[in-house]
Amino acid sequence: MKQPFPFSAIVGQDDMKLAMVLTAIDPSIAGVLVFGERGTGKSTAVRALAGLLPPITAVKACPVNSADVKDCPAWCDISDASVQSIATPVVDLPLGASEDRVTGALDIEKALTKGEKAFQPGLFAKANRGYLYIDEVNLLEDHIVDLLLDVAQSGENVVEREGLSIRHAARFVLVGSGNPEEGELRPQLMDRFGLSVDVLSSANIDERIEVIKRRDAYENDHEAFIAHWQSEDATLRARIVAARAALADLQTPGSALRRVAELCIALGSDGLRGELTLLKAARAFAAFAGDATVTDDHIRKTAVLALRHRLRRDPLDDSGSSSRVARTISEILGN
Amino acid sequence: MTLWERAQLAITLLAIDPQRLGGLVIRARAGPAQAAMLAAVQVLTMPKVKLQHHMTPEVLNGDIDLSASLAGRRLVTRKSIFDCAPSLFVLPMAERCAPQFSARICQALEADLEHALIALDEAAEEGEGLPAALTDRLSFHVTLDDLSLQDLSPITLPRAIDDIRAAVRGVILPAEMVEEAVTLAASLGISSLRAPLLLGCAAQAHAALHGRSEVTDEDFKLAVMLVYPHRATRLPEDLEPEVQPDGANPPEAAQEPTQAKPPNDLMIEAVKAVLPAGVLTQLQSTAKQPAFGSGSGTRRKGNHRGRPLPARMGPKNSGARVDLVASLRAAIPWQTLRKAGNTKAMGPIFKASDLRHKRYETQSDRLLIFTVDASGSAAVARLAEAKGAVELLLGEAYARRDHVALYAFRGTGSEALLPPTRSLVQTKKRLAALPGGGATPLAAGLVAAFNLAVQERRNGLTPTLILLTDGRANVALDGSNDRAQAAADAHMLAQKIAEAQIPALVIDTTIRPEKTLQTLAGTMRANYIALPRSDAKSVSAAVSSALAHS
Repeated sequence: MKQPFPFSAIVGQDDMKLAMVLTAIDPSIAGVLVFGERGTGKSTAVRALAGLLPPITAVKACPVNSADVKDCPAWCDISDASVQSIATPVVDLPLGASEDRVTGALDIEKALTKGEKAFQPGLFAKANRGYLYIDEVNLLEDHIVDLLLDVAQSGENVVEREGLSIRHAARFVLVGSGNPEEGELRPQLMDRFGLSVDVLSSANIDERIEVIKRRDAYENDHEAFIAHWQSEDATLRARIVAARAALADLQTPGSALRRVAELCIALGSDGLRGELTLLKAARAFAAFAGDATVTDDHIRKTAVLALRHRLRRDPLDDSGSSSRVARTISEILGN
Repeated sequence: MTLWERAQLAITLLAIDPQRLGGLVIRARAGPAQAAMLAAVQVLTMPKVKLQHHMTPEVLNGDIDLSASLAGRRLVTRKSIFDCAPSLFVLPMAERCAPQFSARICQALEADLEHALIALDEAAEEGEGLPAALTDRLSFHVTLDDLSLQDLSPITLPRAIDDIRAAVRGVILPAEMVEEAVTLAASLGISSLRAPLLLGCAAQAHAALHGRSEVTDEDFKLAVMLVYPHRATRLPEDLEPEVQPDGANPPEAAQEPTQAKPPNDLMIEAVKAVLPAGVLTQLQSTAKQPAFGSGSGTRRKGNHRGRPLPARMGPKNSGARVDLVASLRAAIPWQTLRKAGNTKAMGPIFKASDLRHKRYETQSDRLLIFTVDASGSAAVARLAEAKGAVELLLGEAYARRDHVALYAFRGTGSEALLPPTRSLVQTKKRLAALPGGGATPLAAGLVAAFNLAVQERRNGLTPTLILLTDGRANVALDGSNDRAQAAADAHMLAQKIAEAQIPALVIDTTIRPEKTLQTLAGTMRANYIALPRSDAKSVSAAVSSALAHS
């Protein structure tokens, strides 16, 4: 199996990369929505992210990757408390996936051979403590979206069907990508994503040439290319780990809280979720930058990511939400 | 180079490096040309797998094989159809491809499974076609519609194909060609970065075919002719186009002249040579509306997804999914009886009659086809008010997640301003930019709306036609300015719409409502709403109540 394209080797698309790094630092930011044209490296970035994330420790036999044996759900009946280090799960939710597969369902093998009612965990279980990736998220069936909305909100998957009654933790970072030409996203689902990025293919010819050259090197000179970029990825990974540790001691002055609130009020973003996410994103960014205090600058850099999809929008208002946010930022924070 | 020679070359290059080139779109109706191409495809050494549109998620993603599991009373899983050695997938009737299905195919092509795809596009009407996400991943696109029998000749692959295949990855692609590929793509308005990548691979394959170890200008040029023409959205002459009125293409991409150097004219000539004469105008019109996203709903089958209905006994091999719990429940009462005859059995004993199938009910999505009269007479009357009413309706359509399509008619014919989409922003932009003036070709507008309604109904949407006009038809279908004929044509179409049972709504935009339009609405079996001096809000209210009843 070929190594995925290294994260650091992705040319440009700084917003998308930053958003993904921020969720890696603080998973409670709860996700990134990447919308953009075809052939802009949306999927490449998500696949690359899997290679970038630091490993987690999980109980060996636990189907939901619990960190500690007392967190394992009762139904999986685990006695062995030994833990192992595993790669952060990045689970694909394929478009055609059935409800059974997503939430988990009756274990057919046990039902058939032993006549037992047992639970077979689904994708939500697998993605716990990791990432759930949905390519073409705007084409997802409505009934799967409904499931997703509930689980993403509560962090718990409840299965009450076919005579089963099961619950387990399902906390994951949701990453969705899609092409806006193929349909819009339900606002409720949009809201579940902490950050949102609009990717455009670069208009800079040199940058585009660099993309092609790196891709070519990746295809044809695979080992050397991976070796070269893996060290860059390792540096980035170390920064993410350091930022995670720094997050606890990070100072958030009252003025920063006020700024965030002012911004959200001025933009009329729905609910407090935007405020909370912006604060988290700004904190993660500050930690990533190695600063000890959250400043206006951190807020400025993350506000578009955190707020652009939360504006209460008139569906017929076509002025880009990114520019609306940017305008308000410069009004409130100054330049 | 003739069409057929291009097709031949495309197949040959694909045979050399199917993994990286991704595949080929063959645009042809069923016929000798398509058959000859398919025969050529058979020569390729990879295993061939046919994809079918009714393939269930179980087949595409892999799942439990229920009948085998039941028969063997142990778990038998079936691999995904894509989970196999590098294969060549053949997708017939690719224009019917549902977005979910094509997205799954795209993912399979992306994964490191080294598959390739031949998509047979049999689109008959304009507006049909492959999902753009799929076309983007396939290198080549050949159109065989205009070929006659004598153009065809059997396709043979070079004998030393294995040696060529071994050599292709080693062919050197000079750095300046990479730059040229990118520059050329930019000047042709190709924004996807896959295009220059595929171009490089095609050039390498062509060089390998001729035993060269480095790509020459000739290889490059032929590759350009195969990979770029169908992707082009503009030609370099109109490099300073008016700002593209869609949200998808960033305006700065079109405006900023970041080009380091102008693209090689020779290459642009090569692209132009391949484009058939009529395409240029077509090109411009498609460039204006690249939002070809098939936001259309899929055909609603009834036993795959949606709201579950009670399970039922069904015919075997119907493609429906087995409802395991209901099947178990059906089997359990008989167990004692059956086990008495077969004491060795471990688990429950199943008979075919126990199988229960899942059924689902889905609501098909609604498509509102706005057909707006933009003629001079209407413009004088109330085009602006009609626009306002449509905008309010769009807001409601957005809330209900309806699809919307927009047609306008004026002058000599009708114009599709927007193919069916859920993107309201685009609809609004197109509507705002709609100019008024000219004669009233009512019949032409109805033809366009009718065709779209029928086509989209086949795709599983529920179309509703909304006609805003003053009813003063004065251009007949044949383009003549004959009032009587124009009225007769409109009447004929109204009858057709009624026959096809397409729900419709006629909004009279004249200041003093006229009898003729009311009669027309009657023929169409449409709801008729006169729009006397009123504001847009009341129209919107009237329309939503009329729609609620329909």
